[in-house]
Amino acid sequence: MNAVPLSWYLTLSGVLFTLGAAGFLFRRNIITVFMSIELMLNAVNLSFISFSYAFRRVDGQIFTFFVMVVAAAEAAVGLAIILTVFKNRNTLNIDDLNSMKDEYQPAQPEEASETAPVSVP
Amino acid sequence: MQLWLIPAFPLAGFLINGLLGRRASKGFINAVAIGSVLLSFAWVLKTIMGLGDVSSRYVEHYFTWIQSGALQVNFDFAVDRLTVVMLLVVTGVGALIHIYSVGYMGHEGGYYRFFAYLNLFMFFMLTLVLAANYLVLFVGWEGVGLCSYLLIGFYFLRQSATNAGNKAFIVNRIGDFGFSLAIFLVFLNFGTLDFGGVFANVPGKPETLLNTIGLLLLVGACGKSAQIPLYVWLPDAMEGPTPVSALIHAATMVTAGVYMVARSNVIYIHAPVAQEAVALIGLATAFFSATIGLLQNDIKKIFAYSTVSQLGYMFVGAGVGAFSAGIYHLVTHAFFKALLFLGSGSVIHALSGEQDVRRMGGLAKKIPWTFWTMLCAAVAIAGVPPFSGFYSKDMILAAAYQRAPWIYWVGAITAGLTAFYVFRAIFLAFFGAYRGHEHPHESPPVMILPLAALAFLSLAGGFLFDVPQFLERLFPPIEESHDVTLVAVSVAIGLAGIGLAALFYVVKPSLPDSLAASFSGVYKLIYNKYFVDEIYDAAVVKPVVNGSRSLLWKGVDVGLIDAGVNGLGWSARGIGGILRLLQSGSIRSYATWVVFGSVVLMVAMAMAGGVR
Amino acid sequence: MYASLVPTSAEMIRFLPELILTVVATLFMVLDPLLGRQSRHVYGHFSILALLGAMAAAVYVYRDPGAAFSGMLMVDGFATFFRVVVIGVGILTVLPSYRYLDREDAETGEYHALLLFSIVGQCVMVTANELIMIFIGLEISSIASYVLAGYLRDDRRANEAALKYFLLGSFATAFFLYGVALIYGMTGSTNLATVRRAILGGSLGSAPIFIGVAAALMFVGLGFKVSGAPFQIWAPDVYQGAPTPVAAFLSAGPKAAAFAIFLRIFLTAFQPIGPGWEPLVWVSALASMTLGNFAALTQSNIKRLLAYSSIAHAGYVLVALAARSNVGTAAAMFYMAAYAFMNIGAFAVVSHLSGKGERYLKVEDFAGLGAKQPGTAALLSIFLLSLIGVPLTGGFFGKFYIFKAALDSHLVWLTVLGLLNSAVAAYYYLRILVMMYMREPGEAASRIQPLTPGLRAALVLPALGTLVLGIFPGWVLDFAGRSSVFVR
Repeated sequence: MNAVPLSWYLTLSGVLFTLGAAGFLFRRNIITVFMSIELMLNAVNLSFISFSYAFRRVDGQIFTFFVMVVAAAEAAVGLAIILTVFKNRNTLNIDDLNSMKDEYQPAQPEEASETAPVSVP
Repeated sequence: MQLWLIPAFPLAGFLINGLLGRRASKGFINAVAIGSVLLSFAWVLKTIMGLGDVSSRYVEHYFTWIQSGALQVNFDFAVDRLTVVMLLVVTGVGALIHIYSVGYMGHEGGYYRFFAYLNLFMFFMLTLVLAANYLVLFVGWEGVGLCSYLLIGFYFLRQSATNAGNKAFIVNRIGDFGFSLAIFLVFLNFGTLDFGGVFANVPGKPETLLNTIGLLLLVGACGKSAQIPLYVWLPDAMEGPTPVSALIHAATMVTAGVYMVARSNVIYIHAPVAQEAVALIGLATAFFSATIGLLQNDIKKIFAYSTVSQLGYMFVGAGVGAFSAGIYHLVTHAFFKALLFLGSGSVIHALSGEQDVRRMGGLAKKIPWTFWTMLCAAVAIAGVPPFSGFYSKDMILAAAYQRAPWIYWVGAITAGLTAFYVFRAIFLAFFGAYRGHEHPHESPPVMILPLAALAFLSLAGGFLFDVPQFLERLFPPIEESHDVTLVAVSVAIGLAGIGLAALFYVVKPSLPDSLAASFSGVYKLIYNKYFVDEIYDAAVVKPVVNGSRSLLWKGVDVGLIDAGVNGLGWSARGIGGILRLLQSGSIRSYATWVVFGSVVLMVAMAMAGGVR
Repeated sequence: MYASLVPTSAEMIRFLPELILTVVATLFMVLDPLLGRQSRHVYGHFSILALLGAMAAAVYVYRDPGAAFSGMLMVDGFATFFRVVVIGVGILTVLPSYRYLDREDAETGEYHALLLFSIVGQCVMVTANELIMIFIGLEISSIASYVLAGYLRDDRRANEAALKYFLLGSFATAFFLYGVALIYGMTGSTNLATVRRAILGGSLGSAPIFIGVAAALMFVGLGFKVSGAPFQIWAPDVYQGAPTPVAAFLSAGPKAAAFAIFLRIFLTAFQPIGPGWEPLVWVSALASMTLGNFAALTQSNIKRLLAYSSIAHAGYVLVALAARSNVGTAAAMFYMAAYAFMNIGAFAVVSHLSGKGERYLKVEDFAGLGAKQPGTAALLSIFLLSLIGVPLTGGFFGKFYIFKAALDSHLVWLTVLGLLNSAVAAYYYLRILVMMYMREPGEAASRIQPLTPGLRAALVLPALGTLVLGIFPGWVLDFAGRSSVFVR
C-alpha cells in the first residue's frame, strides 16, 4: 500500500474539488451544477479518508459518513427545490433564473424584470 | 432635587399629545403643551432656589448606563451655573414661544403633531443641557437634531420643506461623525466621559491629543451651530413653521454647539490650536454670512443668515477665551433673535404668508405692536447702548482685541453689517408705502404678549442679567479692559450701519439699485450666497449619487466574468467592469465571486501563513 | 475511553434545548397529515411554547456549564448567550408568521417544523466546540432554511430565491468543509482547543501555509453565511424572494449563529495566526460596510434595501472580529442581540404592510403610514432609528461598543471609515421615515389591515428589546463581557 503516497491522494482531492467548482461555474444545467457540488463534497471526503488512513485512525472515516448523510439530506431538499423551479418555469437553464437583481433603469428599460419597475428619486 | 423632572414634564406632554392629541380639543392640547413647559420652568426655578448660589457642581445619579471593564458611564444629570443659565433660557424662552405658537399655528393642520414635536424637542434640549457627561449630552444632541428635522419638514406637502429637513439631518450627521470620534477619543484616553472626571485630568495630557479632541468637537459644534463649512442647512431650515425657527433655529438648539464648546472650555484652554480654530471659524462665519444677509429678500432668510453670523460671534467669544462673553451673547441673542423671528412671524401672519420684504412696506401703522417690538430687537442686535446686544457684543469684541486687534476690527465691521441688514429689513417692511396686496391685520394678543415680554428682555436683558459675573468662577477670567475708544468705535460702526440703511431704504430708495448695477459682479456673487450650495452639490452630492449608481449598479447583463469566460477582452471593460458585475442576478456570476474571493483569501492567507 | 462514549445524564441535560425543539418539530411532522386545516394555528402556539421551553432550558443548563458528548459540545456563557439569541429570533419569527401564512394561504405545520429544525441547527452551531459538529449544525440550519426560503411553492420569486440560496449555500459550505478536512489533516484533530495547541506547538512542518489556506476556506463558508463581502451577493436576491418573515429570520438567526462560530473558530483555533487573518477581516469589514451602505442608497425595493443594510451591519460586526479582543467579542455579541431585535421588527412591519402576495414592497409604499397607522409607524421609527444608531436605542450602543473595541485594538482607520459609513447609512433609513411621516397616504397605506395580536406582539416586543438595550445596555453587556473569553 505504500506505493501511493498521501500527497497523491490529496492532490487528487484538490483536483476533484477544483473540477467541481469549475463545473459549478461553467455548466448551465441546474442538475449538473448540483452534481458539481456533490463532487466537491466527495473530494473533501477523499481527503478525510486519506488523512484518516495516514493517521491510522478511524475518526476521519466517521466524518465521511457524517458528510455523506448531510449530502444525502441536501440532495433530497435540493432536488425538491429544483423540481418546483422546473414546474414553475419549465426550464433547467441556470441563466434563466435572474428575475431578481439590482435594477438600473435609464440605460436599458427593456431589460427590466417583470416584477419591479423602479424609479429612484 | 429631582432634576429628572425638568425634562420629564415635556416628555409627558409629548406622550399625552402624541397619543391622545388627534382626538383631543385644542384647549386640551394647549394646556398640556404649554403646561408641561411652564411646569418645567417652575421646576427649574425651584431647583435654583433649592441650590442657593450654585457655587459648586451638583450631580444627581440615576443609573449606571454602561459598565464595561474599568470604564463606566452613568446616566447622570448635573447642575452648575452654566447649566442654570441654559436651563432658564431654554425653558423661559421656550415657554414664551409655546404660547405664541397657539396663535400662530391656530389655523394649521396637524396642530397636535406640532406641539408633540415641540415638547419632544424641549425634552431632548433639557437633557442635553443637564447632561453630566458627554454620552448623555450626545443623547440630547441627536434627539434635538431629530426633532429639528421633523419640525423643518412639518409642512411636508411642500417638497422644499422635506428637502430642507433631509439636508439638515445629513449635514448634521457629518458634524455628529466628528463629535462621536471626539467622544471615543475622550473615552479611550481619559477612561471616563464624565465632565468632572475628564476636565480634572486634562492638564498633563499631550497637547496633540487635546488639539485633536478639540478640533473634532468643533466639527460637531459646526454642524449643530451652523458654522462654516456646515452652515448650509440653517437657511434652508426656515422652511419650518416660524415658531420653530425662533425656538430651535435661533434661541436654543443651534446654540448647543456654543454650549458644548463652553462646557469643554478646559480642553480648549489646553489646546491652543483648536481654540484658535474656534475663533477663526467663528469670525469667518460671522463676517461671511453677514454679507450674505445684506442682500436677502425673504425676511426669514435675512434673520437666518443673521443667526449664523451671531453664532459665529459666540464662537469668536469662546475662541478668544472669553467663554462667559460667548454665553452672555447666547443669552441676549436668544432674546432678540427669538423676538425677530416671532415678529417676522407676526408680519407673515398679518400678510397671510407673504415673506418677501419687497412686497411689504408701511406696516408700522398697520401692525404697530409688531413694529415696536421688532424695533426693540433691532436696536438690541445692532448693539445700540444700553440695550442687551450692546453688552454682550462689546464684551466679545473687547476680549478679541486683547487676543488680536484684527479680530476686533473684523468683528466691528461685522457688527456694522449686522446693523445694516437688520434695519434694512425693518425699513423695507415697516416704512414707506405698502407694496403688497393683502390686508394686514394685527396678530391676536396671545401672540403679542410673548413679543412684548421678549421686547422687554431684549431691551433690559443686558443689565438685568449680568451673566459674565454669574459665571465668573466657572471660566478662566477675562482680562478686563475698559477701553472706551474701542466701545465708541464699535458703537459708531453700528450706528453708521443703521444710518446707511436709513439712507438707502428710507431717504433715497433708488440708491441700492444704482449701486447694484455698478457693482454687478459682487452683487451677483453675494446675492447667490457665493454659490456655496451649488458648489457642494457639484462637488459632493452629484458625484456620490451618480457614482454609486453608474459605477456599481449599471451592470444588468453580461459582466466581466462572463466576458472573461468567453475569452473576450478583460482589458476592454477594465476595473469599472468588476464593479458592474455585482448583482447581475445570475447564479453563475455570483458563484464566480465566491471563487474569486476564496482564491484571493487563500493566496493572502498562504502568504501570511508562510511569513509566520 | 470507551465508557466516556456513553453520554451521562448531565451531558444529555446540557443538550436539553436542542432535544426539546427536535422532539416538538418531529411531532409536527408526524401530526401535520393527521390534523385538519382548522387547527392551523396550533402549530404556532406550540412552536412558541417549545421555543420558550428551550430558552428556559438554555438558561437553566447554564447553571452547570461544561462539555458534553466527549467534548463535542461546550455549554459556556458564549453558547448560552447565542442560544438565547437564536431561540429569541425564532419566537420573533413565529409571531408575524401567523398572519403571513393565513394571508398567503400556506401550510403551517411544515413551516413551523422547518423553522424549529433550523433553530436546532443554529443551537448546535453555537454550542459546538468541534469543527465537524459545527459543520453538522450549519447544515441542519441551512437545509431547513433553504426550504423555508422557497416555502411559497407557487411563487416564482420564492423558487428562484430558494434555488440561489441552496446552490450558492451548498457551494460555500463545500469550501468550509474542505477547510475542515485540511485542519484535520494538518493537526490530527477537529477540536478547536486541540487545533489551537497544535498550531501553537509549531510541529507542523510545512503546514503553516495549509493552516492559512484552511482558515481562508473556512472564511469563505462563514463569510457567506454572515453575508460579509465579497460573499454577500446572494443576500439581496434571497431576501427579496423569500417570504418576508423568513427573510427576517435569515437576516438574524443564521447570521447570529454564523457569527458565533466565526468568532469561536477564529478566536480559538486560529487565534495564533491572528495577525495573518486580521487584514483580511479588515478589508472584508470595510467592503461590507461600504458596499452595503452605498448599494442601499439606490434601492427602491424595501426588502432589497434591508438586505443591503444587513450586509452593512455584518460589516460592523466584522469590525468587532477584526479587533481580536474580548472586548470586541462582547461588542459583537451585543450587536447581534440588538440587531436581531431591530431588524426583525423592521421586517415585521414590511410583512404587515406588503399585503397579500407581497404587492407593496417599494419604499414609496410607506407613504402616509404615519397618518394611517401611527402606532405601527412609531414602532418602525424606533427600529429605523436604532438601525441608524441614534442614542437610547440598542443600535447605538452596538456601534458604540464595536468602534470602541476597534479603537482599543488600534484600528483607527477602520473606525473612522466605519463611522463615516454609518453617517451615509442614515440617509436611506431616513428616506423611509420621510415616506411615513411626510407624504400623503398611498395605495398601500390606505389598504393596510388592522394589526393582529400576533403582529402586535411581533412589533412591540422587538421595540421594547431595542429600547431596553439602548437604555440599560449594562444587563446584556455584563454577561457578554464575562462570556467573551475563549482562551483562558
